[in-house]
This record gives sequence, C-alpha cells and structure tokens, in this order.
Amino acid sequence: MIAEIDISLIDWSRAQFALTAIYHWLFVPLTLGLGIVQAIMETIYYKTGDEFWKKTAKFWMKIFGINFAIGVATGLILEFEFGTNWSNYSWFVGDIFGAPLAIEGVVAFFMEATFIAVMYFGWNKVSKGFHLTSTWLTIVGATISAFWILVANAWMQHPAGMHFNPDTVRNEMDSFWAVALSPVAINKFFHTVLSGWIIGGMVVAGISSWYLLKKRETKFALASIKVGVTFGLIACLLSMWTGDGSAMQVAEKQPMKLAAMEALYEGDNGVNLVGVGILNPSKKEYNDDKDPFLFKIDVPIPKFLSYLSFGKFNAYVPGIKDIIDGGYTTSDGSIALSALEKMRRGKLAVAALANYSLAKADSALFERRADSIKNAATAAESFAITSDGDTILLTSTELFAAKKADVYTRIAESRKQLNDNIKYFGYGYIKEPSDLIPPVALTFYAFRIMIILGGFLFLLFAISAYFSYKNKFETKRWLQWICLISILLAIIAGQAGWVVAEVGRQPWAIQDMLPTSAAISRLATSSVQITFFIFLALFTVLLIAELKIMINAIKKGPQINEQKN
Amino acid sequence: METIDIFLQNYWWFLVSLLGALLVFLLFVQGGQSLLFTIGKTPMQQKMLLNSTGRKWEFTFTTLVTFGGAFFASFPLFYSTSFGGAYWVWILILLCFVLQAVSYEYQSKKGNLLGTKTYKIFLLLNGILAPVLIGTAVGTFFNGAEFIVNKAQLSTVGNPVISSWATPWHGLEAAFVVWNVLLGLAVFFLSRVLALLYFINNINDDEIQKKSRKQLIIETVLFLVFFLTFFVHLLLQEGFAVDANKEVFMQPYKYFNNFIQMPVVLVVLLAGVVGVLFGIGKTILSAEWKKGIWFAGTGTVLTVLALLLCAGWNDTAYYPSLTNLQSSLTIQNSCSSRFTLKTMAYVSILIPLVLAYIVYAWRALDIHKITKKEMEENEHTY
Repeated sequence: MIAEIDISLIDWSRAQFALTAIYHWLFVPLTLGLGIVQAIMETIYYKTGDEFWKKTAKFWMKIFGINFAIGVATGLILEFEFGTNWSNYSWFVGDIFGAPLAIEGVVAFFMEATFIAVMYFGWNKVSKGFHLTSTWLTIVGATISAFWILVANAWMQHPAGMHFNPDTVRNEMDSFWAVALSPVAINKFFHTVLSGWIIGGMVVAGISSWYLLKKRETKFALASIKVGVTFGLIACLLSMWTGDGSAMQVAEKQPMKLAAMEALYEGDNGVNLVGVGILNPSKKEYNDDKDPFLFKIDVPIPKFLSYLSFGKFNAYVPGIKDIIDGGYTTSDGSIALSALEKMRRGKLAVAALANYSLAKADSALFERRADSIKNAATAAESFAITSDGDTILLTSTELFAAKKADVYTRIAESRKQLNDNIKYFGYGYIKEPSDLIPPVALTFYAFRIMIILGGFLFLLFAISAYFSYKNKFETKRWLQWICLISILLAIIAGQAGWVVAEVGRQPWAIQDMLPTSAAISRLATSSVQITFFIFLALFTVLLIAELKIMINAIKKGPQINEQKN
Repeated sequence: METIDIFLQNYWWFLVSLLGALLVFLLFVQGGQSLLFTIGKTPMQQKMLLNSTGRKWEFTFTTLVTFGGAFFASFPLFYSTSFGGAYWVWILILLCFVLQAVSYEYQSKKGNLLGTKTYKIFLLLNGILAPVLIGTAVGTFFNGAEFIVNKAQLSTVGNPVISSWATPWHGLEAAFVVWNVLLGLAVFFLSRVLALLYFINNINDDEIQKKSRKQLIIETVLFLVFFLTFFVHLLLQEGFAVDANKEVFMQPYKYFNNFIQMPVVLVVLLAGVVGVLFGIGKTILSAEWKKGIWFAGTGTVLTVLALLLCAGWNDTAYYPSLTNLQSSLTIQNSCSSRFTLKTMAYVSILIPLVLAYIVYAWRALDIHKITKKEMEENEHTY
C-alpha cells in the first residue's frame, strides 16, 4: 500500500484531464456555434425554397461533421476520466455528480446521435420538414448536453443541494433543483454556450472572408458572413452580460479565484480593475510585501472591480493575503476565518469522521453481542470486546451496558463535531495555507486575454456587420484578413476562459470540499504519464488530420454556381 | 432496509442491465467493422459495408456513454472502483472507441493525413477490440476482480483513496482468466453474427448477400462454442452470494439457483436464446428472408439482460472482489442515495420516448436500402 499519495501523481492526473478538456474545447464550441448557423440557413431554405441556401447550409454541415466526430471522441474520454483518474471524487460526490452525466446521456446525446444521422443521410429520404426538424434537434441535443455538463462543472465551483452522510462516507443530494438550477450553473451555461456561438460566428465569417480574398464563391461568402456576424454580434453582447454575472458569482463564492484573476494581494474598499499589467516574477510569497506588478494600467473607471464584484463602488474586495489571514468582513456580513483556522476546523471534521466510523463499528459489535448476552452466557470472557482499538473485558451486564452507552456517546459527539466543522471538510487535507493560492500568473493573464479578445471580437463583429449590411464587406480586404485571422483569436479567448475557471479554483476539485489531492485514483504515476502521452499523441494526430480535411473541404468549397451573382 | 430502497436499487440495476444489453446488441456496428475486409473485397463493397452498419455507430457510442453515465449516477462505487482500478482495460476500451469516432468520417476524406487504409484498420481494430474487451470486462462480474474498498481510508489525510487495486496489472489480469476471455470471444462472434444479419437486411447487393449468408454459418458456430462453454460453466460455478448480514460468501451453483429462483429472468433468458437462434436459423435456411437481425437483435438484448440481472439481483455480488470478499460490490452497498435513485427514476420515464424517436428516425432512414447507386450518387457517404 502506498504510504502517501505522490504529488507527481496529482499533477499528472491534472495534466491528463486538462489535456483532454483543452482538446475537447477546441471542437465543442464550433459544434455549438456552427450547429445554430447551419440550422438558421436551412430554415431560410425551408422558408424560401431557394436551392442556394440548401447548398450553403450543406457546406457548413460538412465542416460541422468533420469537427463533430473528434468532439465526441474527446468527450467520451472526459466522462470516463472522472472514474479512471478521479475515483475518490467519483465516490465522494458521485451521488450528485453522476446524475447530470446520466441525464446528459439519456436526454441529450441520443437526441444528437439520432438526428445527426437524419441530417446527414436523410436529404433524399425524409421530408423537408422532418429534415429541418432533425437539423434543429441535433443542435438542441448538443446544447442540452452542454447544459448538463456545465451543471456538473458549476456544482464543483459552487456545491449546492447536498449534505454529507458519514454512514456512507460521501455527499448525498437533497435537492435536485438546487443542483440543476443553481445560479452559477445557469450563468455558466449561457456564458459558455455563447462563447461557442462567438466561435461559430467567427469561423463562418473567417472562412467566408477567405473566399472573398480568393475572389471565389462570392455570393455564398457574403450571405454566410451576414448570418455569421449577426449571430456573433448578438452572442458577444449576451456574453458580456453573462460575464458580468459570472464575476459577481466568483466574487461571492470563490473570492480567492477573483483575487488571483486580478493579482490582488491586499484588498481594499473601492478597488480598481486592472486593465493590462505585467506581474513581478520576483514575488514568490503572498506575504513578502513585494509589489505584485512591474507595470499596470487600470481600467479608467475608478473602483470598477468593487462595482463589478459587488455592485457597489465602495465595496471591499479581499486580496490573497486577506483571504489567507482572515479577519475582514465578507459580503454576507460575517468575519472571514483565517486559512489556518479553516484548516484546523477541517482537520477536526476529518478526525470526527474517523471517530464516527470507529464508534459506529463498535456499536454494531455491541448490538450483536447484546443478543448473545440475552441468550444466557454469563462467563466473563464471553463479554470480551474490542472497542476503539482496545480489548476490554466486560465482567458484568452493568459494565456492558455502561460501555455500550459510551459508544453511543462517542457516536453523538463525533457526529456533532463533524456537523460543526463540515463546511471546512476539504481544508482538512490542506498542508500549508499557501497551498490555497492558485497559480496567480496563469489565472491573471488568461483572464486578461479572454477579456481583451472578447472586446476585440465584439468590435470586429460590429464593424463587419455594419459593412455587411451596407453591402460593402466585399471590398474591405483588410477586414477580410482580420476576420480570417480572428478565428484563432476566438478559439484562444474560449480556452483562456476555461483556464480562468479551472486553474483559478485550484487546489479545489470541489470548492472547499475536496482538494484535487484527495480526489484522485490510486495509480502509479508512470501509468498516468503513459496515458497522458498516448492521448497527447493521438489527439494531436487527429487534430492535424481534422484540420487538413477541413482545409481540403474549404478549398473545394461549396461549389455554388457563381453566375448567379 | 425499506421496500422503496430495495425497489429503487433493483430498478436501477435493471436499467443499467438494459443499457448494457442494448450496448451488446449495438456492437453489431463493431462486428461490421471486423468483417470489413472479410466480406468487402472491392472498394465499392467496403463502401457499402461502411455505410450500412457505419451509419449507426453513433448509437453504439452514445449507448456506451449513457451506460457509463447511468452506472455513475446509480452505482457510483462501481464507477470509482472499477474505472479507477481496472485502469488499463478501460483506457484500452476508450482508446479504441476514439479511433472509431473519427474513422468513419475521416477515412474517405481528402487530406486525412493517415490514409484511407489506416482509418479502415482503425475500424477493424475497434471492431475486434471493443467487443472482446467489453465482454472480458463483463466476465469479471461473474468471476471477480482484484480490489479492496475501505471507506474509512477517507479520513487518512495524505492517503485518502478508498478503492485500491491489488495487482499492478490494473485490470489486464482479467485477460488471464479463461472464463472472462470466453465471454469476450462470445460477444465478439455475436457482434459479427449480428452484423451479417444487418448487412443481409440493409444492403441490396447480391454478392454481399451471398457472402454474408455463407459467413454467417462459420460465425454462428464459433459464437455458440464460446458462449455455451461460458454459459455451462456459469451454471456450474460457485457464485458470490450475499447473506442476511450483508456478508458475501461463496455459494455453489449460485447463478443456476438465481435463474431457478427468478423464473421471470429465466423466461427472459430462454426467450432471448430462442430469438437469437431463430433469427440465425431462419436466415440460413431461407435464402429470401431478411428479418433475422430483428429476431436475433431482440434475442440478444433479452439474453444479455437476463445474464446481467442474474449477476446483480437475488442477493448476488455483481462486482466481486477476489482480494477481499467483503469488499465485493452489491447493488445495496454501491448504490446512490434513495433521493438520487428516486430523482433519476423520474428521469428514466423519458427512456421510452427516447427509444420511440430512435426507432422512428432509424426506420425513416432504413426504408431506403444501401445500394451501389446511392453510394455513387449521394454526396454524403462514408
């Protein structure tokens, strides 16, 4: 038996999950975004009967299909990795976490799988209406699946609707709706799906721009751009709104993540939002009093971070040091505990669980013995019992009763100690207060990248929409170049968003409840290293194949009769 | 334990078993892949084969994912113990499904990097490995696996993992138990039998029809040899039984007794076997008859359902531990809370609706059989 879980095992398990998630998120947003675009196009075809729109929709469906398969493949790995690499997690919260995954399968995946087949192979086999419905149901299925997996993710960021059951040694769900309709889940769903729509809109605008640059497929390209940029612009606007909601939730529920996003070490009332900045690499400790920045420019709206976080310009935003030291007043009015105090309470909770389990086992012994005592044996040795690790000779029924009462007292006491400290259970596994700080630089920069690129894409969509509706897009070659390049930027923005969400919540697998170190499977580090590199090689080869196939398909083009222009 | 708990646990074992049974039926897609080069001698024939079973690959895939999700939601201790412990078996299964997911779409596309042949070999690999590995893994439901579960471990800060595997092989050791492998091979040949029946039903091509009917006899014989050996042994072997104190013990003829003590399951089993044999037999005897897949397919679902029910119902440990008998998983000690099982039971009401639209969409597409003409004309083919 391994004496202690190896740190490298935790790191490699995380690396493998991150790898799979990053690859998965290269493909899924395009599915979510492009799925809607092609459905809109087919709807236009259905309404107008214009073959042009059928061909246009079919071209984007081809791109969708090339991308879809690999999204499915990486998704399968992600689901099963909860079991293969995070087995302790799967038991500890499987009672809650398994449900959205199962619902995703039953409600969403079958819808997707069934109707995508009709979408691709049904053109000449089913009616136009049935086909259009299938195209919509494919993307509805994909979007519902995104909802349920994001419910699961949101629950890890903000666990709700459950309680800890010491008898089964796990958390158990007590409100399905608190899990499924948690405000964090709803917000995360919209913010994430919208980011997929932005990427879908950008891909359509970018690829179409390429045709314009090559002076090919002009009618197709201009029509696609109009749909793509309108869709992207709407998605951008909505995503800013949901992003704002997300910031408020992070401020309230994951203050450490917010502090890392802003590299805010010392909190204050009325804090500015950092616009751009370069972090000071010589700052090694949260409390070394070095300036965290070499250079920074705040957003010109004063006290904007306080406002974004709590809706008040003068609100107090705690920094990393404050969260570790405690003592400030939180948004709900309570005084924040220090990290050390939380860790002390966490250790009390973990110890109480151990005591509770032992006492429970003893009580079972006493219950069993009680029967045999009634059945006559009076010899002293028949009362010998091992309780709490010691063998005790129970020489009389009175003593037996007294010891039995002791056991029940132990159960009650350990239960109370557990209940009193359960909120900090996860802190019981934390070794040092500084372990509670996520990688600040990664979180800080990823957040800036997401925000800056998001703002840029908004402007790009707005300008493109303007020229598109003025029928001037075709002549703006600089804009076409920017649109083409911005496909990559949109993808980077989406990835950066996930880095903020996932790296920013470290060390927690489930916020305050279970750190990654206690969530893993007991495997040899080398096994996980091997699978990491297998997945890395496989996904990379498949990604290259995907891109090559896609580029080939794009080069071939929709081949819509050009003389219609 | 209250009646509602017993009901919910048994109900969820039934649903998981049903999903497992549907998965085995849908492995006919894999069977088709493994026969790609056996039946398909020309590129056109291979194309027709790929477009026949291939257009159903997403159903198999989705059923696997849903099977995983449903198992997670209803019996999370299995999810954590088996997946985290029998690591290599599950990773291999996952890898071969990744290959499948991309291969259909990519094999015929220009610029696919690895070449058409490589993707076809990926499909062949998935076609062989998936049924063999899944069958072998299910074999451990009857023959046990090497693990320990100790929930008290959670309070050990620094080493809180509750499930651990007792061999460094992490699941691969199951392949050294002949009875597991027999089940794996039986599932493999069954998937090929079903694929042939589906080709016969779905492809309008004389040569493929003829070849499929001929190949069917060989595959059937092999399937029967492996399945019957496994099944007879199952009836005769000691099984992992649970007593009134929830202690697991070895009971002679446990699985045989399970069928006797649960006559409904026995009837399901027999109906399934008859369905499979009838579907195959009539196809072999009647040159014009093409409906074999529906009888053999339904039969497969019923048979596998009965076998899985036999593994988990009637006080049986469905995932027995050879390392520590009392670590064995039963539907009682590994299930989710009453609240979750109940909530998910409400969700399961949707399943008939899902099945209904699958059947509807499937029929809408399958009314049109696969022909050379379609392969040449249609823009979207594999």
